[in-house]
Amino acid sequence: MAWTWFHRLASPPHIYRVAGRLMPWLAWPAAVLIVAGLIGGLVLAPPDYQQGDGYRIIYVHAPSAWMSLLVYTTMAVAAAIGLIWRMKVAHAVAASCAPIGASFTFAALVTGSLWGAPMWGTYWQWDPRLTSELILLLLYLGYMGLRSAFDDLQRADRASAVLAIVGVVNVPIIHYSVIWWNSLHQAPSVMRLGKPTMPPSMLFPLLMMLVGFTLFFGALLLVRLRGEVLSRERTASWIREALRP
Amino acid sequence: MTPRRRRLVLVLGILVGVGVAGALALSAFRRNVTFYFIPSQVAQGNLHPGQQFRLGGLVEKGSVSRQPGSMQVHFTVTDLKRQIPVVYDGVLPDLFREGAGVIALGRMLPDGTFQAQEVLAKHDQYYKPPGIGQKLDIRHGEPRDPALDQPPATASAALSQAAAGRP
Repeated sequence: MAWTWFHRLASPPHIYRVAGRLMPWLAWPAAVLIVAGLIGGLVLAPPDYQQGDGYRIIYVHAPSAWMSLLVYTTMAVAAAIGLIWRMKVAHAVAASCAPIGASFTFAALVTGSLWGAPMWGTYWQWDPRLTSELILLLLYLGYMGLRSAFDDLQRADRASAVLAIVGVVNVPIIHYSVIWWNSLHQAPSVMRLGKPTMPPSMLFPLLMMLVGFTLFFGALLLVRLRGEVLSRERTASWIREALRP
Repeated sequence: MTPRRRRLVLVLGILVGVGVAGALALSAFRRNVTFYFIPSQVAQGNLHPGQQFRLGGLVEKGSVSRQPGSMQVHFTVTDLKRQIPVVYDGVLPDLFREGAGVIALGRMLPDGTFQAQEVLAKHDQYYKPPGIGQKLDIRHGEPRDPALDQPPATASAALSQAAAGRP
């Protein structure tokens, strides 16, 4: 059957093994790409004609901001799968996404603020992009808070899944906020129709950072997922087998 | 209907419901969620006299003049249709320059000058190494497609779009 691999993913011992085996295949390329991207972006790329070296924070800011959206989308899709197919592993994936996504969102907000202070002349404005990204952070925190408010795991899974699914409307709002409204934040430079608005010497390290961050997220997710599965299945008999040295 | 299909419909229902509610709320906000007004909008007289607001536009080339011996700076904000003179007493951000986007918070004075308390520079999303393409000023070249299949690429494109009636 074409779907057996999918159904097998629902088995906690299987996902635990697969995640452990897959993790290094994501972590090592991520490390290589992030180191190469940082060298390319912080050392090799030319300075900007207006901002000088100040623009280089984009090599952390933009990938973090992209990840904040990608992780949320992953979390919402996993939550929906968990809700519809009653798949515990999918709920575990969603629960594992939240702290990672919150961290990326926090990094995007902080790096943006540090860049905004000299360039815009302000650390913070209630601009549509900045405000919607802050709401994303609150959604992540709300999701984690809601989960921990339930003693019963199944109730926690279902209630937080609904929150994750409802919050996904914010994702396109964040992306299009700079296009729909007058905003202080500039329009996209890379994630746009048409050519990116930067030369290849600047763009290439940025894309390496983007792919590196995506793989890094994948590796982190697998590590967290293994922990989540272990904690959920702590009474199951397969655990003793799996944890035998 | 199997229970699974019912849950699928429920989740899709939540998505559609929240999406429609969000779209309605956003389109209702559209007129109010405006981070700044451009000079043409100010000229329409929708703002109360003395009301604090943000004025956005481009710093007109050749309009920046500084008062010797003080922090005071005068410049003109334009949306390529109308101009408003601005007076500001303070430190300007790094990206403030003639021909680039600017957003100033303040009030109109009775003489038609905008007294700014805070001046923010808007970045134009373009990055390039110094030296190349200086002649061809890419920040002002791109036309705005009204069908939204092109993002508003430049401050001036966003401005002309806004001036065309879409806030």
